[in-house]
Amino acid sequence: MAVFRRNRVVFMPNVDIFQNVHLGFVDYAILIIYFVFVIGIGALLAGKMKTSSDFFQSGRSIPAWIAGLAFISANLGAQEVIGMGASGAKYGILTSHFYWIGAIPAMVFVGIFMMPFYYGSKARSVPEYLKMRFDEKTRGFNAISFAVMTLFSSGISLFAMAKLLHVLIHWDFNSSLLVSAVFVLAYIYLGGLTSAIYNEVLQFFLIVAGFLPVTIIGLRDVGGWEGVKQQLGIAAVAKGLDPGALTHSWQNMGSWHNALGTDWFGLVAGLGFVLSFGYWCTDFLVVQRAMAANSMSAARRTPIIAAIPKMFFPFLVILPGMIALAVTQQAMAHGGASLIPSDGKGGLDYNMASPAMLMHYLPTGLLGIGLTALLASFMSGMAGNVTAFNTICTVDIYEAYIRPGQTDKHYLNVGKVMTIVGIIGSILTGFLAQNFNNIMDMLQLVFTFVNAPLFATFLLGMFWKRSTGHGAFWGLLSGTVAAAVHHGLTLPDGALPGIKGGWLHHTMITYHSDMAQNFGGAIAAWTTAFVVTVVISLLTKRTKTDEELVGLVYSLTPKPVETEKAWYNKPAILGTLVLILALILNIIFK
Amino acid sequence: MDLRAPIGLLFTLYGLILVGYGAFGPQDIYVKSLGENVNLHWGAAFLVFGLIMLIFGVLRMKYDAAHPDEVK
Repeated sequence: MAVFRRNRVVFMPNVDIFQNVHLGFVDYAILIIYFVFVIGIGALLAGKMKTSSDFFQSGRSIPAWIAGLAFISANLGAQEVIGMGASGAKYGILTSHFYWIGAIPAMVFVGIFMMPFYYGSKARSVPEYLKMRFDEKTRGFNAISFAVMTLFSSGISLFAMAKLLHVLIHWDFNSSLLVSAVFVLAYIYLGGLTSAIYNEVLQFFLIVAGFLPVTIIGLRDVGGWEGVKQQLGIAAVAKGLDPGALTHSWQNMGSWHNALGTDWFGLVAGLGFVLSFGYWCTDFLVVQRAMAANSMSAARRTPIIAAIPKMFFPFLVILPGMIALAVTQQAMAHGGASLIPSDGKGGLDYNMASPAMLMHYLPTGLLGIGLTALLASFMSGMAGNVTAFNTICTVDIYEAYIRPGQTDKHYLNVGKVMTIVGIIGSILTGFLAQNFNNIMDMLQLVFTFVNAPLFATFLLGMFWKRSTGHGAFWGLLSGTVAAAVHHGLTLPDGALPGIKGGWLHHTMITYHSDMAQNFGGAIAAWTTAFVVTVVISLLTKRTKTDEELVGLVYSLTPKPVETEKAWYNKPAILGTLVLILALILNIIFK
Repeated sequence: MDLRAPIGLLFTLYGLILVGYGAFGPQDIYVKSLGENVNLHWGAAFLVFGLIMLIFGVLRMKYDAAHPDEVK
């Protein structure tokens, strides 16, 4: 899959390249120590899992910095590390838009404006908030689509983890998959959300430890940033673009004639607004991390603290891809071997850019750290989805519709059972991923249809008290349908009707790239959901009184009082600083 | 449990392993990393990072144990 979709990963991480890597005993030792640690942490936490709140919300006791690192790590799966490296090699520095436009503003927004409602309402999940604010059917729709979505995402991570174990340790694939699944089950079963969060943070440091050395050595090899600019200039010209097209993020955004194939409007409205806000503000997988924070102030700071390292990830995950292309370019000019392997069709297999960098530059020892980091992040990608799944299934499906009013102990046990169900589901989707790559792509695509309109629902729900349950439900549904129809009517340049779109009518609209089509769809879905919610809300009666909406709607909720004295603990000041920093980065690499 | 303690312990262990391997292991493997003994250098960095995290984590856990009423 060539295109990496921002909010849902639509590509299968291919780790076959590690087939020929030879690990030393040091590498194995590093790997084994990590696994011992993970289980050890789970075992230490097991004694603390006394209530369902401990299991699903970490007892709301996580300090802001841990919740913040978990907030981005839940998203920084190895799929992102590999996918962003691939995009770095393909689109160059333009990939940074996924961070500096496509993530930072939304993360600051969710911390300052939305977290007071999520955390303050004491909702345990995003669907539960929807029930408090709107009604059962809106909640049910979101709960079920989200539960299915997490299972498939989890399956992809499991598949990738098993594949990596298979090529590294040479167990057969099926046993690798089962062992990986049982391992993840063990540490979530023992330590619940806390266990998952702790491992996400551990994984974050490992990714930095594995990728920072690669980036620095690689940069030295190509002659620094100037060397990258020079080589990528040659690559850009070869693609028929401006020489600076791959090393300047804004210079060519005036028209679609750039590596992304979309102009600034599609980028800012589609990615920067709908997709990015839709993901960071409404996806329970990330929001759950902030909900576990130990105070309102910590919950609000969680996404903002997360934005600080997030802002510098491009140097860790995109730059290696760009360096890989530069080294390949240099080698080919001198008749040497290409660093990025060929895709067998005359092009380069960009998905291999980052793994190839690890193998090319890291000797035994550090290589063990890099591979452990990849394995750890596949693992925590799976665990993150499973912890979100067990919470939604217990709180929003079992407790809501199957057996309400049971004891807390009962729901804690159901949560553990749901963890097992989630793991079994992931094993099934993991096998499915192995056999039907296209089905996975298709499903992931369907989920992007659900995600984009949801942000319109939340925006209206939180900031317009007049919006009603009927309005929200039909708005969500019609937004999802609008995304599907848009996809059915449009095609990227040169693609055939089918999974890429155009299955309704293929001559209607063509976009200049998959990315532009994706952004266009997001805008269509969001606008439809927004308009329909407003119209239906005005036509239907409010079912919730002002009193019932206190703590759920902006205008009816007392403003959160700043209890923190230090400036660096105030969300608004911290958020402003983060935005200024992101702006500076945009200007430097314009 | 303060998470800094296990992070610190893990990186201290990794640091020790890499420094040891970098100092006493084979030296011809560093052709890959442009001749730099990255295991020694980065291992030392991990060791320092690990020890700092470990110290802060352990101090915090001791403090929490001595003041149980302040723990959330």
